[in-house]
Amino acid sequence: MSASPAGALVRSPGYWVAVLRRFARDPVAIGAAAVVLGLILMAVFAPWLAPQDPLQGMTLKRLRPPGTEGHLLGTDELGRDMLSRLIHGARISLFMGIVPVFTALLAGAAIGIVAGYAGGWTNSLLMRTMDVFFAFPSVLLAVALAGALGPGILNSIIALTLVFVPPIARVAESVTTGVRSRDYVEAAKASGAGALTIIRKHVLGNVLGPIFVYAMSLIAVCMILASGLSFLGLGVKPPMPDWGLMLNTLRTAIYTQPLLCALPGVMIFITSISFNIMTDGLRSAMDIKA
Amino acid sequence: MAALLEVRGLVKNFPVRTDLLGRVKSFVSAVDGVDFDLHQGETLGVVGESGCGKSTTARLLLHLIEPTAGTIRFEGRTVGTAELPWKAFRRQVQMVFQDSYASLNPRLTVAESIAFGPMVHGLSRREAEARANALLDRVGLEPNLMAGRFTHELSGGQRQRVNIARALALHPRVLVLDEAVSALDKSVEAQVLNLLLDLKEEFRLTYLFISHDLEVVRFMATRVLVMYLGRVAELGPTEALYTGSRHPYTTALLGSMLSMDPDRRTDAAPISGDPPNPIDPPAGCRFHTRCASAEPACAGRVPVLTALGGGHAVACHMSEPGSGHSRATGRAA
Repeated sequence: MSASPAGALVRSPGYWVAVLRRFARDPVAIGAAAVVLGLILMAVFAPWLAPQDPLQGMTLKRLRPPGTEGHLLGTDELGRDMLSRLIHGARISLFMGIVPVFTALLAGAAIGIVAGYAGGWTNSLLMRTMDVFFAFPSVLLAVALAGALGPGILNSIIALTLVFVPPIARVAESVTTGVRSRDYVEAAKASGAGALTIIRKHVLGNVLGPIFVYAMSLIAVCMILASGLSFLGLGVKPPMPDWGLMLNTLRTAIYTQPLLCALPGVMIFITSISFNIMTDGLRSAMDIKA
Repeated sequence: MAALLEVRGLVKNFPVRTDLLGRVKSFVSAVDGVDFDLHQGETLGVVGESGCGKSTTARLLLHLIEPTAGTIRFEGRTVGTAELPWKAFRRQVQMVFQDSYASLNPRLTVAESIAFGPMVHGLSRREAEARANALLDRVGLEPNLMAGRFTHELSGGQRQRVNIARALALHPRVLVLDEAVSALDKSVEAQVLNLLLDLKEEFRLTYLFISHDLEVVRFMATRVLVMYLGRVAELGPTEALYTGSRHPYTTALLGSMLSMDPDRRTDAAPISGDPPNPIDPPAGCRFHTRCASAEPACAGRVPVLTALGGGHAVACHMSEPGSGHSRATGRAA
């Protein structure tokens, strides 16, 4: 090997650096990402941010409208400070939106990648099993599973995870099937590498991006489903502050304090739309043509 | 001379339709009984129309797809048995694909792509990367500039050089070049062809050179194999075949070549129409539906690859003594 005349090794920025740069040039997506980050920070620092105890009610000051002295966003049906409850509610609501999707991402991606890479008989077995779950609408499935498992946070997480495994597996399978037939995978096989090595080195890097973006888009759906479960009394139990549960308990006051009742819904709306816009931005940033 | 690589009775049928229980109801006969030898140090050109089974043969050779039947022997040892497991065989035979972009992982750097094979075969990362850099240098790419780059930052010619380096990384004896220069510009193609000739000399390589470009094959190959619809039509030393083709298909194929010489205009009518459907191939000689010299005997029986002497062999009833064709010759010329 000849000595190279040029100096230091030129290393190009990787794919993800390019994606981040493109993402940063999209003002709408950056705005949405900032909102998501704000919500996450709000959830993390809830005890320091909330002006009052979210569980402490005052029976004399029930259902006060927003703007009441001492209660910026009013009080709920038990006289608890709405602002504090909404801030604290971000904790459990975001948790219920993100955790099931991430557990489903691990399981679904594993199933989908194995099915897609193996093909044939293994693929049919795994994917037809997944298809069984598609026979039910996701809301119905979540409610049925949560109902069967019994109420509680852990059971709702399990139910929601099971709801999201099949769609993620399906996306993972289709992306992997596409990558499997690429020449670079053939070349890797031709070099004598085993299936696991090829999946690790050549498949994962090319499929995780799209799968991850798809999973991100499910976080909003998951949050709404989790809120639905709480609303039905299958998820979070009172008095824990959760946006879905708050919608439920405040609904009786819809004619007397409509603005107050809408507040938890507004939070769910802001969160889900921010996640969706951020995901869209990420998706287009990842769509780099050579 | 004993052959380095012997291919016998290679068959590949791709299922087209299967019934509910997964039994094959109809299939594409992509490769049907291909036999050939590859000798140490030669370049065997494989030519034929699209869909004639050239690439399938290459993929079968590397076991990227499962053959329906057939054996491959390397240095007298049967590949895929205890004598010579696939992994050991693959160190000896590597492939360069046509699509230089699709054959490199877009998430890996050039050096990582080349170093992958050696690492699979037990080299440490440091050794593999040193080998990758040496090979980059050898194929004419400055390692310090190129090793850390990604595929989409390279030109087509540079990518194909990387692919060649990747194929050489295991120090193979045989390189299968599947339309390796077909997607390149003519000027780049010439550079890569010269690089291939130099590498062949330096690493004592044997090439299986698949191409639809007859000029390129004539330039590169020492022997040529003509395929038609999954079967060998004609096989022979390059010049003997280009100047004295015996199979009507080879003659028609060569007649379609553009001539640089105004006195040798392309006057022979090129064959018309598309190849028959390989799901339902013609009986007997598969070329008889498009052959100008076809007679009833051609549809009856599959012609045998008949040796004509000098390493030239042809599968045509006209060259097979006693085949029933009116122009069948006596003993080989």
